[in-house]
Amino acid sequence: MLAKRIIPCLDVKNGKVVKGINFINLKDAGDAVELSFRYYKEFADELVFLDITATEEKRKTLVHLVEEVAKVIRIPFTVGGGISTINDIEQLLKAGADKVSLNSAIVKNPQLIKEASKQFGNQAIVAAIDLKKVNNQKKVFVNGGKLETDIDGLTWCQQVEQLGAGEILLTSMDNDGTRNGFDVDFLKIVQSKVSIPVIASGGAGNMNHFLNAFQIAKVDACLAAGIFHYDEIKIIDLKKYLHENGIEVRL
Amino acid sequence: MIAIIDYGAGNTKSVTNVLEELKVEFIVTSRETDINKSEKIIFPGVGEASFAIRKLHLTNLFTLLRITKKPLLGICLGMQLLSDKTEEGNTNCLSVIPTVCKKFEDEKNKVPQMGWNKVKIIKKNILFDEINDESFFYYANSYYMPINEFTIATSVYGNEFSAAIQKNNFYGVQFHPEKSGEAGIKLLKNFIEKC
Repeated sequence: MLAKRIIPCLDVKNGKVVKGINFINLKDAGDAVELSFRYYKEFADELVFLDITATEEKRKTLVHLVEEVAKVIRIPFTVGGGISTINDIEQLLKAGADKVSLNSAIVKNPQLIKEASKQFGNQAIVAAIDLKKVNNQKKVFVNGGKLETDIDGLTWCQQVEQLGAGEILLTSMDNDGTRNGFDVDFLKIVQSKVSIPVIASGGAGNMNHFLNAFQIAKVDACLAAGIFHYDEIKIIDLKKYLHENGIEVRL
Repeated sequence: MIAIIDYGAGNTKSVTNVLEELKVEFIVTSRETDINKSEKIIFPGVGEASFAIRKLHLTNLFTLLRITKKPLLGICLGMQLLSDKTEEGNTNCLSVIPTVCKKFEDEKNKVPQMGWNKVKIIKKNILFDEINDESFFYYANSYYMPINEFTIATSVYGNEFSAAIQKNNFYGVQFHPEKSGEAGIKLLKNFIEKC
């Protein structure tokens, strides 16, 4: 049995970790490395780095940051944000990232998933999907959630699997930042329609929210940022709580 | 010195980062002469089997790796390539371990197997020295090696499969020790210092 995964997400903007961090004064990418190391030691199962400025500024994700992170942590990590070519992916994987997450680029060019998974293996290709409710339908948004598309969320989840993505990172923009819990109902639907791992993202506020996502929606992993950065929930406490409630986790 | 086989597809960075941390001398190479000068061989693997075997033929390493007497550790695909054959790309492999690697095909489980799974040690082995039984290790694989006479540890994903194998100087692990936290570092250290 695979353990359910807990994944802290570090949003990186101009080399700094953003999303309000009050336990440590993070000034630059070097501090992002420090935070990564801390999460590694606290039993995070994986890390995700999202360069949130990347797409709109057409800036490449920081290869240097990836190299520095790879030197200090011994768990897998994913890098995303502004990745749009096979060459981008190759650079990041060579720098030590285990996976890349692709978002806007695969909406523009779905064949990129196919090419990338063929070249690097589907375990290295994560399809990141940002969804928001519009007229009672889950629509795919791109460019850091700024641009609405006509694409239906569930259809897109199934398509990325067919194209060869190894995993889906599903963010509910409606829930993100609310701390009211993950979008369990929709995650449950997605989970039943795809056969690649699904990572729930957006809305984590307490430990019970994670339990719901694992128990009800049966997702493979949960991702959160703020509650871990603020130290509101310690990863190790969360994992103990999940374990006590019958969820298999790595302790 | 440790030779890390580079065949173009593998991410060798994660392994070299651990060796740097352990202060071990290494060379990332696909040259026969470098391998002959090394004491041990690490054969990592990410990527596709037929591509990797083709690359081994192109670099003249295929036979060398089959007959080497040096301790060799195959990681992930590197372990699978020690078998007779793998269903991935219907590829003939190095034929060190007499078995055929198969694809996970339990409908209840997602493929690839991606994440942390418990490893049960079934034969005492120096590779797992000072590592707790049923420790978690990180996997990212769609194919697996069935249990055989050389299996030393197992995991369960739908069915039970070989998590680690040993035959003479050949060692193999299906998981990624370089991505498996402290237990993984310990395992690599055991290979380097004790195997």
